[in-house]
Amino acid sequence: MSHGFITAIEIDGAGGDPGAWRGPEVDPRAILTGELAVRAAQRAEAAGVDLATFVDALEAPDDVPDRVSVRLDALGLAARVAPVTQRIGLLPTITVTHTEPFHVQASVATLDHISGGRAGWIAEVSTSAEAAAVIGRREPAPAAETWREARYVVDAGRRLWDSWEDDAIIRDAATGRFVDREKLHYVDFESPTFSVKGPSIVPRPPQGHPITAIRVSTPEALEAAADAELVFLPDSGVLSDQVLELRENARRSVTLAGPSVTLTSDQVVGPLVLVSAEVRPHVDGVERLASSIEEWAAVGVDGVQLRPASLELDVPLIAEQLLPVLRERGLAGSGQRGGSLRGRLGLRRPVNRYARSVR
Amino acid sequence: MTKQIHLAAHFPGVNNTTVWSDPASGSQIDFGSFRQLAETAERGTFDFFFLAEGLRLREVKGRIHDLDVVGRPESLTVLSALAAVTTHLGLAATVNSTFNEPYELAKRLSTLDHVSNGRAAWNVVTSWDAFTGENFRRGGYLDKGDRYVRAQESLRIVRKLWDSWNGDDLVLDQAAGAFAREGAGAFADDGAHFTIRGRFGLPPSPQGRPVIIQAGDSDEGREFAASSADVIFSRHGTFEGGQTFYKDVKARLAKYGRTDESLKIMPAVTVVVADTDADAIEKAAYIREQQVSGPTALVLAELLWGRDLSAYDPDGPLPAEDPVVGSSVTQGRVGYNDPFPIVSEWRAQAEAHGWSLRQTVINQQNRQTFVGSPTSVAEAVNRHVQENAADGFVLVPHLTPSGLDDFVDRVVPLLRERGVFRPEYTGTTLRDHLGLQL
Repeated sequence: MSHGFITAIEIDGAGGDPGAWRGPEVDPRAILTGELAVRAAQRAEAAGVDLATFVDALEAPDDVPDRVSVRLDALGLAARVAPVTQRIGLLPTITVTHTEPFHVQASVATLDHISGGRAGWIAEVSTSAEAAAVIGRREPAPAAETWREARYVVDAGRRLWDSWEDDAIIRDAATGRFVDREKLHYVDFESPTFSVKGPSIVPRPPQGHPITAIRVSTPEALEAAADAELVFLPDSGVLSDQVLELRENARRSVTLAGPSVTLTSDQVVGPLVLVSAEVRPHVDGVERLASSIEEWAAVGVDGVQLRPASLELDVPLIAEQLLPVLRERGLAGSGQRGGSLRGRLGLRRPVNRYARSVR
Repeated sequence: MTKQIHLAAHFPGVNNTTVWSDPASGSQIDFGSFRQLAETAERGTFDFFFLAEGLRLREVKGRIHDLDVVGRPESLTVLSALAAVTTHLGLAATVNSTFNEPYELAKRLSTLDHVSNGRAAWNVVTSWDAFTGENFRRGGYLDKGDRYVRAQESLRIVRKLWDSWNGDDLVLDQAAGAFAREGAGAFADDGAHFTIRGRFGLPPSPQGRPVIIQAGDSDEGREFAASSADVIFSRHGTFEGGQTFYKDVKARLAKYGRTDESLKIMPAVTVVVADTDADAIEKAAYIREQQVSGPTALVLAELLWGRDLSAYDPDGPLPAEDPVVGSSVTQGRVGYNDPFPIVSEWRAQAEAHGWSLRQTVINQQNRQTFVGSPTSVAEAVNRHVQENAADGFVLVPHLTPSGLDDFVDRVVPLLRERGVFRPEYTGTTLRDHLGLQL
């Protein structure tokens, strides 16, 4: 399967610019009701943007009086957006470091069910003392350790998504059985820091596996990104090297994993790579941005994640001006395609590792 | 003074009350089912919509129980989505305090409260068992006696976080560039189960803080509710049982400086409505037949007896053995602390009526609470509330998602005519609907 050039927008508060909330076009109360996020997602969707990402962290934003120092839980916000959008993918950031892997996978599976197969998530770690202190269960750990655990969480999550076969619910009135329990599976997952018995409480999500994304912030994250289906890379001088490294890591993981039935051919070619860039078309216009995007495309990335400085000012410009320019240059699809996020991204629905046909 | 009735809609659960084999039974997982039942409840100006929680699939004799509905979505995510398609209906999530940390609970519930403009509720439940714990980092680690200690502490801290912003901390002065006061949301706590500190990143919602629901029935559970809950979700749906429970719990409020009105008692009940009382009785019997198949009768008897009864014929007599307390034949379901009097009662009734095991289960265990014509049901519901057997009810339908249509279309108008149930919403938050002050 193939995909067009992928576009994403990031949603956080009133936008990436710390002063965005002060603009006369912004009702700052709409940050807390979720209305700013809803409007941004709807505008982006109408213009054909493929997916929206939602920023989050365990700890509260910095306590600076002239900045937005509040933040809704990204998963809850994405769920609030789901019923009032139809086509755009929804990827909340979820921290896996101090949280329960079982809850994380159940929540993402639920987002996939309620959005009709448009869910993904950005797996994030936490190394900060602040995050460790608000939960109070463990000491903060360095990036290498937290990303190692994160890879186990991603793996456990995918196994739990497979713990229900697609046709496990049979509703067989003749025998009185609601499910075929041969098609429900214990995952018996063990890792150095947690174990999960399974099966999941949530039936298999519409996409099989919702999309797992990783935002590359450190070398450890870049390594872990080999496990993801979607990767956000910062724009930098080493962009093309990182893209190559990602694809090489993905190939190596496949070799190490051996003839596992769990990997699809999509994973063999490595994750889709999106360049992540803070943008402010209401200041800079869209021409230069369109040119940058063309350059990134030439390096071989699969798309771009735009982080608007102001949701209210920049998303309309991205929608009304940037997307049409990108479309003209063959760098954006029509956006009218419905269906699952996987379908939009050109990814196959994964085969269930526990299904009899592949055992 | 005439009391106003409070009503809530329970999404059908994963036990045999839910009839999945009926042709009218829809998906337990599709968002459309949740949306439809929530819209029905909102059309009926209900106080709130209630979701239970699952953390491990139930097992009988070491195997996943396959006779009832299995699997469900995660509550808070579903309710945050329902906030987008409803405007007034309260949204109540059951979330375990044992397998979640207070900071996460406070943040997720407060988010639901914000995106719904003040309509969130938390039904605080506890676990301690190793069976559920096998899905979590901590495992089953609590003594049974410790679970309320942890729940109390968890709730106290969650409230502390919700109250961590002062009334004027959220400034939102765009011209002056003041979003919030520095230091807003700062917290620290050092308890038996939690030692945490930091800053909570959400101010109070339009209802101040989410409504607290509690469902425990033990002495400890009642005390916990009397000290801390806004609503009790009880199992005492009968008139006499309801009155006894009501009196007991309300009498506990004074020592916490609380008024009777500050805690609403809402038993979970089932309702069957038909044109006439006779039709309703017939319909109720038909539903019970659907709810209790032969294999389901055996499983329910195994829960009561705590024994493997697979050698028994559900259409034959009751088991002759005595029950066993604390067995693990059934996992993931609340068992019986004292099954002996219930077994004696079942035996006496079976003998008196010549009932088989299945007939005994059908008649002893699955009786609907309110059965009758719309007028009879409205009168019974109102009598329970006016005579202090309840402040209202959580209605548990047997069909997904159409199971409350009859009640909303035929009974609610009669309650409104009698002036005991709101004809329309007069407030916007769940606290408004329940008449609760902060």
